[in-house]
Amino acid sequence: MDAIILQILNGLDKGSAYALIALGLTLIFGTLGVVNFAHGALFMIGAFCAVTLSRILSASHEVLVEGKTDFLGNPLKEDVPYVYDWFGESAGAAIIDWSVPLSILFAIPVMILVGVIMERGLIKHFYKRPHADQILVTFGLAIVLQEVIKYYFGANPIPTAAPEAFKGSFDFGAMIGLDPNTIIYPYWRLIYFCFAAIVIGCVFAFLQFTTFGMVVRAGMADRETVGLLGIDIDKRFTIMFGIAAAVAGLAGVMYVPINPPNYHMGMDFLVLSFVVVVVGGMGSLGGAVLAGFLLGILESFASMREVIDLIPGINQVIIYLVAIIVLLTRPRGLMGRKGVMEE
Amino acid sequence: MSKNFTRRGVLKTGAVAGAGLTLPTYLRAAGHEGFTNAPTGSTVTLGFNVPQTGPYADEGADELRAYELAVEHLNGEGDGGMLQTFSSKALDGTGILGKKVEYVTGDTQTKSDAARASAKSMIEKDGAIMITGGSSSGVAVAVQALCQEAGVMFMAGLTHSNDTTGKDRRANGFRHFFNSYMSGAALAPILVDQYGADRKAYHLTADYNWGYTTEEAVRSSTEALGWETVATVKTPLTQTDFSSYIAPVISSGADVLVLNHYGGNMVNSLTSAVQFGLRAQEVAGKKFEIVVPLYSELMARGAGENIAGILGSQNWDWKIENQLGSRYSGTNAFVKSFGEKYGFPPSQAAHTCYVQTLLYADAVQRAGSFAPCAVVEALEGFEFDGMGNGPTLYRAEDHQCFKDVLVVRGKENPENEFDLVEIVEVTPVDQVTYASDHPQFAGGALGTCNNGA
Repeated sequence: MDAIILQILNGLDKGSAYALIALGLTLIFGTLGVVNFAHGALFMIGAFCAVTLSRILSASHEVLVEGKTDFLGNPLKEDVPYVYDWFGESAGAAIIDWSVPLSILFAIPVMILVGVIMERGLIKHFYKRPHADQILVTFGLAIVLQEVIKYYFGANPIPTAAPEAFKGSFDFGAMIGLDPNTIIYPYWRLIYFCFAAIVIGCVFAFLQFTTFGMVVRAGMADRETVGLLGIDIDKRFTIMFGIAAAVAGLAGVMYVPINPPNYHMGMDFLVLSFVVVVVGGMGSLGGAVLAGFLLGILESFASMREVIDLIPGINQVIIYLVAIIVLLTRPRGLMGRKGVMEE
Repeated sequence: MSKNFTRRGVLKTGAVAGAGLTLPTYLRAAGHEGFTNAPTGSTVTLGFNVPQTGPYADEGADELRAYELAVEHLNGEGDGGMLQTFSSKALDGTGILGKKVEYVTGDTQTKSDAARASAKSMIEKDGAIMITGGSSSGVAVAVQALCQEAGVMFMAGLTHSNDTTGKDRRANGFRHFFNSYMSGAALAPILVDQYGADRKAYHLTADYNWGYTTEEAVRSSTEALGWETVATVKTPLTQTDFSSYIAPVISSGADVLVLNHYGGNMVNSLTSAVQFGLRAQEVAGKKFEIVVPLYSELMARGAGENIAGILGSQNWDWKIENQLGSRYSGTNAFVKSFGEKYGFPPSQAAHTCYVQTLLYADAVQRAGSFAPCAVVEALEGFEFDGMGNGPTLYRAEDHQCFKDVLVVRGKENPENEFDLVEIVEVTPVDQVTYASDHPQFAGGALGTCNNGA
């Protein structure tokens, strides 16, 4: 029982990342009809927004330390962050400690800007081209973006911690009346799940309850008619691209304390996120979220030792296996609409 | 167009010409000297094959720094580094056998096929007489086999799998770095000493060659001293989030988690393990412990504070001479040269690459020839000192270096970003020496050395 709850919890946080990335992917596909292979790179850029802000906040100057030497025997220089000078040591330390949550505010405008530049600068030229061309150009863009990040940040993962208050874990098992120490769960993963739920809720609310969202939904259903009504749907779709980029970026920002970010983290998530979109149904927002969590949980169960012992290697193929089964039984995916990708 | 100039004719000619061009140049080159890429001018070219792109690019960059430093020292530039402390005095700073040392670099991308392609290009196009480098055992094994075929020397960089000098050993290949068996043999007594003999271990193992040999080595050495292995679980090399593998560890009854992971895998699995509170757990009154058999300073930096207090093994550490005295002489000389040139201390990857270059040059100098078979003979059974590891033997039977192994622990309160580990103990070479036909190394044969053309 406890193992099942534990793996569901594990699946939820993994699923949160899949769902957030897949949501943006399917949003772009649903609005612009573009298969965006650079979407994983947006997740990665979001993570590096957190790294960048953390570095900006930790920017420091050197101070000579009396009586101490470095590894070559020269006088030791210690880095003192500027925020310590400006706000005092305790307030400065608190600002640095909270750099990851603060990065949310930093990442939203940056990611929207990146998204809009990407769409206006490159992707819009490929709207009328076949999907294969779109995949090639966005995949190329993803490689360029990750090499740029590697050039500036190196190939090594960069540890960027969660605030001190959210480090560590809690005993979920004891909270629900099971034996203590059976289900331990880290605080930050719970926060990640809640954060993902809020972001997904906001995107849905935005599309459902605002005029802008209504127009976008109408455009997704029938772009031509909306255009004929005199609405500049392209402009709205560009903004949606920016929003989708911000969603992926936020997923990346908050993921940083879970795993130290590196330049290829976007690629690691990209393929799985595509499977999530396909399983959920191309262009279906609800399907992407549902499939994200579903596949996250399934992946967790498949990595259980008991399952691997029973079917060796299942942990490596489970997602693709499920994708095949879903597509064989429901060719449009779990919540796919008729007519999407079927022309 | 002439009637004789038919489409079929062009195709035939093209095919023959193409086949001629693709014929490896090492089968044709420098035949008169009796070995591949015999240097004829006033220079000799070495090939440094390291990951310059991909996840190990930072480690590759550090290796390259060390190689450049070694070339400088061989050519008599800089302060000479370990040439001042090396027990063999054959090298005099005038290059190798009077020829100025030049180098070319290749990018392995940490992929066997890319590494073979770049090594092949360096041998065929650039005339490299020796290939060295690597940050992966898969790459090392692949390139070593290529060098054997081509008739050039291979001086392995960072490769830790038993197989490099075990079942995949080759006569033209030599490894200075330690291996999985040595890690297990060095770690086990210290683990038992620190955590007790009544322990239950749970292994998470990267699903590839190095992971298997490391798991086997740590498992057999710890079991021999009384530990029980509760489970061994293979994790995909591409895994990024290890939470679903970490979460079941506690309920398995294990009280030690062994992470047979390297690089990004290690950073992520260790981070997950610490996040899931494993280190704060107690199992049947014993504090839960995590072990990382192979430490890498660069990866320790990636894991940040999560590395604190965790035991592992290393081939060398830049602080060893200061802490444990002149047995490890050479260390400070190398750290000084490297630190002054680059501004930070070298990693163990940099150290092994630097030493390998000097060892190769010294062997050529002593042999009086660049011919691989002469170099092999000079290196086999070669005993040396002053290279930072204490007295070391290049064993003739398997071309593996035998020297002390360091057991290290992630530092609790590092003073700076390079002060990542503290040396817990040094396991003397006798305790990590094994028979060349040991079961963990069985199934391989050096064969005969190959001079190539």
